Amino acid sequence: MQPLSNRAKKLEKKPMTLAERAYLPAIFQGLSITLRHFFSKKATIRYPEETRPFSPVFRGLHVLKRDEQGRERCTACGLCAVACPAEAITMVAGERKKGEEGLYREEKYAVSYEINMLRCIFCGLCEEACPKAAVYLQADKMAPPRFERDEFIYGKDRLVEPVAPDARSQRGIQLTPEQAQALNAKLAQPA
Amino acid sequence: MELPVLGWQALVILVVFGISLLIATYSTYAERVIAAFLQDRVGPDRAGPFGILQPLADAVKLFTKEEFFPAGANRALFVFGPCLAMVTALMASAVIPFGNYLQFGTTIVHLQGIEVNIGMLYVFGVVSLGVYGIMIGGWASNNKFSLLGAIRAASQNISYELAMGMALIAVLMMSGTLSLREITLQQSVPGEWHFWNIVKQPIGFIIFIVCAFAETNRTPFDLPECETELVGGYHTEYSSMKMGLYLFAEYINVFVASAVMSVLYFGGFNFPFQYELRDFLAQSQGAVTAQNIITILGVVAVFIKIFSFIFFFMWVRWTLPRFRYDQLMRLGWTILIPLAIFNILLTGGLILLGVIQ
Repeated sequence: MQPLSNRAKKLEKKPMTLAERAYLPAIFQGLSITLRHFFSKKATIRYPEETRPFSPVFRGLHVLKRDEQGRERCTACGLCAVACPAEAITMVAGERKKGEEGLYREEKYAVSYEINMLRCIFCGLCEEACPKAAVYLQADKMAPPRFERDEFIYGKDRLVEPVAPDARSQRGIQLTPEQAQALNAKLAQPA
Repeated sequence: MELPVLGWQALVILVVFGISLLIATYSTYAERVIAAFLQDRVGPDRAGPFGILQPLADAVKLFTKEEFFPAGANRALFVFGPCLAMVTALMASAVIPFGNYLQFGTTIVHLQGIEVNIGMLYVFGVVSLGVYGIMIGGWASNNKFSLLGAIRAASQNISYELAMGMALIAVLMMSGTLSLREITLQQSVPGEWHFWNIVKQPIGFIIFIVCAFAETNRTPFDLPECETELVGGYHTEYSSMKMGLYLFAEYINVFVASAVMSVLYFGGFNFPFQYELRDFLAQSQGAVTAQNIITILGVVAVFIKIFSFIFFFMWVRWTLPRFRYDQLMRLGWTILIPLAIFNILLTGGLILLGVIQ
């Protein structure tokens, strides 16, 4: 039979030599190998304090992006939900009211947008399907472990890109820069 | 003896006791870290900085575990086994000289639990009692695996004690005394070029260290607890702190074996150029202070030697696989004992020719 590689080693059964029977040379050989490993670089890390770097193409936790004026980009077209092979995305569409132009970029927006992280396989097809460049899988964040199943259903509160803290109203509603400016001006005035 | 001297000795005994326990505690941590490092891991690091509180966490865990008595076990003996193992392990460190002497005014305090002229015999006697702890525990468990482990421990310890004793005889032929303090002092004489016993007794040392591995039931001779064949060996049925006492006794035995080896073969509390350093210090500090400083440095020296041996014990444990039982017995009876007898004859011949003394 043709050998697959030339690395096969022919072994002969010989009686052991005196050095082999004395064990000690072999023991010291073994000890030197383990001592080399004692000083070598460790393969494991002290995890919560140290973390390994993510790959630049890592697909992690989703984010719903805003545009440069702080408006939500998502128009609730549902293409991501259709593209999703795991059927992890659901959404409810709504019509933008008058006065909400600073909050939503398009006339139609997602009233609710939920991704079930237990169903999601992080394939990134939603990201590819999105015509408005609204949904992205972040390269530096993972969906963290949780104790309850319902905690894995991420709503808009946890998906939409947060705005700067000073651009929030007191009730925690995210404001556009203009609204925030107006609010700050109002708060600055003495009552 | 006067009362202050007795008081000092009591203090020394307490300190030796505490140090034995502390070293045994931290041996468990050292074992894990060394095992981890030899296997390219970082080891335990959750409890405290670098995991140095890990032994405490282990103790809490062991103390809060269920105290389990197997059905049909002899309850009294079942408790007595680990106690005996622990007591004999702790007793052995009493005669080991950890330092020369400290002088306060007219009081001279020897840094040794008790100075007896049969020190080495005492260590042997107490260490060989340790096998009863394993024997009794294994017997009282009413378990086949425990009994097999206990029988293995007994036969292994008896076999290797022979070779160990004969390796020791060669040292005693040179020293002419059983006192560990005397043996230590003989390994360094002021004004002379004197060698530690390892230079005169290399074969004896190899026999002794191999037997020490077998006596302390450490890999490659850990057949009594042999997990792959005997579940847990003699402590299969043990849980809670009774199990902890067995593990603890093993580490104290490792400590004692390391201490005995450093005293017998590596000069104990002697270190190179100690007399030159003492004479140099005596010029500025006075003779008494100089001697005290040398003694304290000697304590550091003996502990460095002991820690090196403990490291070696662990290093070997995570390098070598376990011997098979027949290999163990063949090594003990057909290699080590004849080699030890040869070593005695060789030593005797060399003493007769005046090569060594």
